[in-house]
Amino acid sequence: MPSRKSLSSHSGPAARPPVGQSTEGSIVGTAMDIDGQARPEQVIAGLRATSEGEDLVQLLTPEGQRVSHPQFELDISPVELQSLYRDMVLVRRADREAKALQRQGELGLWAPLLGQEAAQIGAGRAMAPQDMAFPSYREHGVAWCRGVDPTELFGIFRGIDQGSWDPVSTGCQLYTIVVGSQCLHATGYAMGQRLDGKVGDPDTGEATICFFGDGATSQGDVHESFVWAAVYDAPVVFFCQNNQWAISASLDRQTRVPLYRRARGYGFPGIRVDGNDLLATLAVTRWALRECRTGNGPVLIEACTYRMDAHTTSDDPTRYQLAGELEEWKLKDPLERVRVHLVREGLAEPEFFVGVAAEADELALRLRNYCISMPVPGPERIFSKVYAEPPPPLDAARDDYLTYLASFPDASSAPGGTH
Amino acid sequence: MAATGTPQTITLAKGLNQGLRAAMEADSKVIVMGEDVGRLGGVFRITDGLQKDFGEQRVFDTPLGESGIIGTAVGLAVRGYRPVCEIQFDGFVFPGFDQIVSQLARLHYRSQGKLRMPVVVRVPHGGGIGAVEHHSESPESYFAHTPGLKVVACANPVDAYWMIQQAIACDDPVIFFEPKRRYWDKAPLDLATAPPPLFSSRVLRAGTAATVVAYGPMMRTVLDAATVAEQDGQTLEVIDLRTLSPLDLAPVFDSVRRTGRLICVSEAPGEASLTAEVAARVSQECFYSLEAPVLRVTGFDTPYPPAMCEEDYVPDLDRVLDAVDRALAY
Repeated sequence: MPSRKSLSSHSGPAARPPVGQSTEGSIVGTAMDIDGQARPEQVIAGLRATSEGEDLVQLLTPEGQRVSHPQFELDISPVELQSLYRDMVLVRRADREAKALQRQGELGLWAPLLGQEAAQIGAGRAMAPQDMAFPSYREHGVAWCRGVDPTELFGIFRGIDQGSWDPVSTGCQLYTIVVGSQCLHATGYAMGQRLDGKVGDPDTGEATICFFGDGATSQGDVHESFVWAAVYDAPVVFFCQNNQWAISASLDRQTRVPLYRRARGYGFPGIRVDGNDLLATLAVTRWALRECRTGNGPVLIEACTYRMDAHTTSDDPTRYQLAGELEEWKLKDPLERVRVHLVREGLAEPEFFVGVAAEADELALRLRNYCISMPVPGPERIFSKVYAEPPPPLDAARDDYLTYLASFPDASSAPGGTH
Repeated sequence: MAATGTPQTITLAKGLNQGLRAAMEADSKVIVMGEDVGRLGGVFRITDGLQKDFGEQRVFDTPLGESGIIGTAVGLAVRGYRPVCEIQFDGFVFPGFDQIVSQLARLHYRSQGKLRMPVVVRVPHGGGIGAVEHHSESPESYFAHTPGLKVVACANPVDAYWMIQQAIACDDPVIFFEPKRRYWDKAPLDLATAPPPLFSSRVLRAGTAATVVAYGPMMRTVLDAATVAEQDGQTLEVIDLRTLSPLDLAPVFDSVRRTGRLICVSEAPGEASLTAEVAARVSQECFYSLEAPVLRVTGFDTPYPPAMCEEDYVPDLDRVLDAVDRALAY
């Protein structure tokens, strides 16, 4: 506890304003201790709050009620809303099928998306065809929106490849596993969009959107991305899905202030949106991308959501998550609130939901069948495309190894020879 | 620079500068980025005048962060640019090491060729300039150990001029080492003479007593040693590796099969280094030709010492000749 002397001393450490105390209105409604310092549990409670606070953008409540927001409007037709709901259902179904396939030994690992469908479909569908996405490794919903088939994601987690889609034609970079690295790639790409003269027109201009999580915000690369993007006015939307957990580390291990507030320090706007609200996420991301296309980037979006499953299929959240936490978040489920809204407002007939459910089952079956029959790469794949201009020694090493394998009388008994 | 005519005497620094200029003229996608490369022209003035002539869109100062330099270069390469990044000093490459090793080196492989990474990372390396810590390192083995990267080291003004252009034209990421204490070495550049391929080693001096292999800032030391040895009646065959990954060892094997003796010289610490790699490969390929064990002359396995000790740390002519004598004593 700092003494009064150190707080008032010029040479001592700067006094830190308690979280929640701001000259520009309250961030979160936490009561302070008598000395003005927030207790740790208050900090955590405040940071976790996603449905309270005037600065959280929400257009559809957890109960499925449309609400208005002074800055963000969204005019959406029933057909469009149905389509977005369908996206979320299908992506969730693919995610659940992947988890089942992992449990059955067909995938080596899976990073579940469950709970983050609205954040990803909202952001992914806000993109224009000419925009570019830089995902992390849980962006199955974003990939879906960019036309990357889930089978291509399964290939990564089955160990067939390391991302097989074409990043340029899909407008979706390959997954990045080192947390936060992709934020610099996105920033560089956006700098290129500006160098190419593609920034300025809100409709035909280009923008980049980068996906990362709350844990990634502690990485130096994310800091450098914010610095670079600001200095070069890069047209990049930093889309942070704050799903409350970085494996077992809760948000208070990463930050003392709500993440969206960090943007101000770098000199660009930060918006906090209810990431379980499809409509709010769509509206805010559309706005942010348009700002970037126009030349007003970058923008930081903090989408408050919740990882309803484990970090990966190797993780055990019961060791660290609070009892009842999941139950609480189920009440804010991103799909359910849209379904309730569609039903209550008469925007979709019962047949629509039956049809989407059937489509989800068909998708799951297709993915399962494809997954278990994916062609397995041969040993020559090890040496493939290490370089654009392969050096002779590497080609020789490949030839040596293939010759070695071929020297076994029964190729299937050779090491690695079951291919 | 005139395309033909009398050879022009240039410094190594000027060779790099002119090579960068030629590469930028040849391809509008070539951009130069790094700390202080714009208005200042780089702390060693290698990029001097480029921003003035090519504009701030193509030659730009970056914020101070090496990971940011490399990481944004990766994104620019995805976008179709050919970034040439300057790392100010060898010791500062490590904040960018993760982006180089984990991202830049792997994206072509990960994407199976759908993404190309024609990024050049220029790194001044080596000691001998009386500098403070982190300004005299020889980190090239880290990069040669990383699949997906190509690593080259230029040693003289002529190579500097051609190799930087060839590195920029290469569709793979190239870590380009520059011998900083040789920046002001001079040599005549004859543009009528076509350069050798980028990824090739070169015999600089023929000899019969022993083969001496080195690269980068050690080349002049080794050539001086060969001159002295010749006065003593021994001719040394001197080979400049030039490319550190992939290694081009065929000329080395050929030479060792004739001389029977090999001395590998490098400023970097010897343990698990490029000199160790050359020794291992030569022992495998030239086993029956060797008249003596492969000997190495390297920096010591210590951090780079305070500058007042560097004369003892960096291999010099005498240490090279001592190794030659030991090899010949077998």
